[in-house]
Amino acid sequence: MTKYLIIIIGMVLVNNYPLAQFLGICPFLGVSKDLDSAKGMGLAVTFVMVIATAATWPIQKLLDLFGLGYLQTVLFILVIAALVQLIEMFMKKHIPGLHRALGIYLPLITTNCAVLGVCISNIEEQYTFTQALVNALGAGLGFLFAMILMAGVRTRLEDQSRIPAAFRGTPIILVTAAIMALGFMGFGGMFS
Amino acid sequence: MNKAMHRLSILTNGLVKENPVLILAIGTCPTLATTTSVMTGLGMGLSATAVLICSNTVISLLRRIIPDKVRIPCFITVIAGFVTIVQMLLKAYVPSLYDALGIYLPLIVVNCIILGRAEMFACKNGPLDSALDGIGMGLGFTLALVGIGSIREFLGSGTWCGIPLLSRFMPGMGILTLVPGGFFVFALVMAAVQYASRKTKHRSRKKTCEGCAFAGACHELPAKTEA
Repeated sequence: MTKYLIIIIGMVLVNNYPLAQFLGICPFLGVSKDLDSAKGMGLAVTFVMVIATAATWPIQKLLDLFGLGYLQTVLFILVIAALVQLIEMFMKKHIPGLHRALGIYLPLITTNCAVLGVCISNIEEQYTFTQALVNALGAGLGFLFAMILMAGVRTRLEDQSRIPAAFRGTPIILVTAAIMALGFMGFGGMFS
Repeated sequence: MNKAMHRLSILTNGLVKENPVLILAIGTCPTLATTTSVMTGLGMGLSATAVLICSNTVISLLRRIIPDKVRIPCFITVIAGFVTIVQMLLKAYVPSLYDALGIYLPLIVVNCIILGRAEMFACKNGPLDSALDGIGMGLGFTLALVGIGSIREFLGSGTWCGIPLLSRFMPGMGILTLVPGGFFVFALVMAAVQYASRKTKHRSRKKTCEGCAFAGACHELPAKTEA
């Protein structure tokens, strides 16, 4: 149990995907304009990460069995793309409430590097199936956490501050992210 | 003559006017992650350029065969194939770079620049123009990576391409090679570009990250939520 807890806390704080590992920066900068879309995107990514891990981990075992390890990249991205499509169709039909909340974010997730990244890193870290699932959950929660923090800062930033003209738009968000990343570096020594 | 000028403008378009990293702000993950030194930035840039040229050419050749509805999965498959080839080549011939790029090498598949160019350019234009566009965009990406990598390596570890320069006089500011430094240097470079393009009244700058295949959707998000 402690082992799983360490994985989750490690992924949320120490190895936070957008702020410590540079994964999933595009949605982190693009969809963090307001709290609602940040929350929706974060939850959708968490959801897809866990399901994608559950699908790709067994596939990797199958590839290893036949010595086809080099097909990893091609198969993983295809499986993720197909999976996202399937989840969207299933949600629309059977859980319309959830589809209204998360559905619009799903197509964006196919080419999110955080999802493919977590699937590949699960294999590289040689996690067991449960560990891999917990790792994916932690990575997703970490992403959600960073998105919510960023959205909170950005609503204030764009309403009330006087930003120099050259820094308007993406540069000021990057400066904000730099300061946040500086804070997250403080967690670096937690587990060693 | 006119046609040659047109081709030249396709080639230079990606270098300056629509530089994918500095103007369109796409492909940010590899930009931030691999610019800790000049060499890793250059390696990432050239790998992505190779994939971009090949995928643009092949997708352009297949553009009449691929059905419109399943085009994105088709593009991804083509791109993933070339990424795998680059991965295997690097692993065999430049293992040090393969290790340095780590997880970001397979992640070239989901680099918005490559899918974006397939969607915006290659599926509408001929193979030669698409290859030229790939070269231009790829070199623009590489140039931005080398530039940011130079700043971070020069100030962060006091070297350039491994040659000791600043480090002879003072210790480097290590923070610049770490995560916050990456965000900060990128922010300063983008601010400088915005400042320069305002000065020259170069109003071609697009507000959205249009090159990304899904960026159109991600900017419409708030509107769609209300609906």
